[in-house]
Amino acid sequence: MFEIGLSHYLAVAAILFTLGVMGIFLNRKNVIIIMMSIELMLLAVNINFVAFSSYLNDLVGQVFTMFILTVAAAEAAIGLAIVVVFFRNRGSIAVEEISQLKG
Amino acid sequence: MIQTSDLVPVLPEIFIALAGLALLMLGVFRKEDSTKSVSVLVILAFGAAMVLVSSLGAERLTAFNGLFVADRFAGFAKGLVLVASAIALAMSLPYLEREKIGRFEYPVLVLFATLGMMMMISANDFIALYLGLELQSLSLYVLAAYNRDNAKATEAGLKYFVLGSLASGLLLYGISLLYGFAGTTSFEGLANLFAGGHEHPVKPNMGVIAGLVFVLAGLSFKVSAVPFHMWAPDVYEGAPTPVTSFFAVAPKIAALCLLTRVMTGPFADLVEQWRQVVTFIAIGSMFVGAFAAVVQTNIKRLMAYSSIGHVGFVLVGIAAGSTLGIQGVLIYLAIYLFMNVGVFAVVLSMRQKGRLVEGIDDLAGLSKTHPMMAFVMAVLMFSMAGVPPLAGFWGKFYVFMAAVEAGQFTLAIIGLLSSVVSAYYYLRIIKVMYFDEPVEAFDKPVGASMSLVMAVSTIVILAFTLIPAPLVTSAKAAAQVLFPAAG
Repeated sequence: MFEIGLSHYLAVAAILFTLGVMGIFLNRKNVIIIMMSIELMLLAVNINFVAFSSYLNDLVGQVFTMFILTVAAAEAAIGLAIVVVFFRNRGSIAVEEISQLKG
Repeated sequence: MIQTSDLVPVLPEIFIALAGLALLMLGVFRKEDSTKSVSVLVILAFGAAMVLVSSLGAERLTAFNGLFVADRFAGFAKGLVLVASAIALAMSLPYLEREKIGRFEYPVLVLFATLGMMMMISANDFIALYLGLELQSLSLYVLAAYNRDNAKATEAGLKYFVLGSLASGLLLYGISLLYGFAGTTSFEGLANLFAGGHEHPVKPNMGVIAGLVFVLAGLSFKVSAVPFHMWAPDVYEGAPTPVTSFFAVAPKIAALCLLTRVMTGPFADLVEQWRQVVTFIAIGSMFVGAFAAVVQTNIKRLMAYSSIGHVGFVLVGIAAGSTLGIQGVLIYLAIYLFMNVGVFAVVLSMRQKGRLVEGIDDLAGLSKTHPMMAFVMAVLMFSMAGVPPLAGFWGKFYVFMAAVEAGQFTLAIIGLLSSVVSAYYYLRIIKVMYFDEPVEAFDKPVGASMSLVMAVSTIVILAFTLIPAPLVTSAKAAAQVLFPAAG
């Protein structure tokens, strides 16, 4: 039988994390997709923590996951609020519109 | 069981948190506009927290099962952060009133951001580090977009939010790898593991190194070091100017102190592994700070690149990784604080017919229209450029000395070269102020709080050369606690 071990969890988390980072940089359409990518990154980290926590028989990882979930909720709330005020000023949340400030 | 005596080291933070909650209530239940009274109370709370921090004394205290530490290093850094936040808030008040965007949430957000910074500085575990960092970052995202009817400000807030969250993600991924491969998130636990003082000493394997690099990347985002600096100029330009003056000082100091503690605490014995990364980041920051700033025409963008350069110089001290280096870091940060608040006091006084202007050209002929302001700006610019005998020179002197002593000659030489390049744009401002024809005079009067900030920062910069002892000795005492073996 095929057994799912620590390395499989780590691989899934690494793939999800990479997808999240790529989603932020390659996405040319919508700010909401960026917010989803950020969430994906944080959830990938959570998988990592829970997998390690179970592997190490140590609860700290799961406690950390709870904290990350809580902070991610607050972060999403603030992010959406900023997107709303941005939309009110511009009438659009397309990524190409975020271009008044040139870096 | 938690004894009340265990909470003594956290007293300043508990006080600030309770003050924040009480002031929120006060702001909500007061019928009329309460921005001013809440701001004054927040500044008083910072003063009281400062007294509490200094009353903790010199010994090392921990709380919450070792998640939180209060020592001399934390005391010194918290002092700097509280001073910076209080000055930034005092400078914001006239602006908020003039632009009619005063709401009582502003001072409360500054207060919560400061609470987050104090938690970061005192973090002794990656959980505490993450929570402090996020409390600070979430408050700062809102502050950047604070002027919510302004398209530039909301765009700055959005950019800061996206890139800041990305940085938090990188940091967390690094922490998860460290936790997995080392088995603990505690700074002391990690330090013991790598020092070999544990029954199963951990060799710095690939997982640990990858985690360390991710953590470094996340933290360099927060201090806006190259190659993670691209958000800084946009956010500095877009955010309301008083918010920029807050961003440029307090969060930078807190994040650099956090970086110092992480590098010299849990990773003290991996110095060979992280030194090359920090060296690379330092060189990149110094170069970008020097060369990209040359072409800027907006003074807020210029200050962003200048702060990237200063972060590079501070990182030179961290890369040295010695007591002398950390002492240099703390001296540099203290001087940086006073230089920056002084410059931003001038920037906030750049008003023509009631409107805030931000171009460097708008400073033309300032020496004829506002001789005192021009003198203040000239002193601060000379100091930032590192011209002796002003304080900025001594800040650079200490970090470069530490680099040389640690055998990092390349780093010191590159630092000196980029310091020469950056002198060009600092001196250009002086040239514009003293030798160009005045275009239009700035509005008078500049206001009591601005004049006070300008006067204090100039006096500190001028006086440091004559009486350096108080700052140098306290920075030395603060740096020594990070190296218990050497002390």
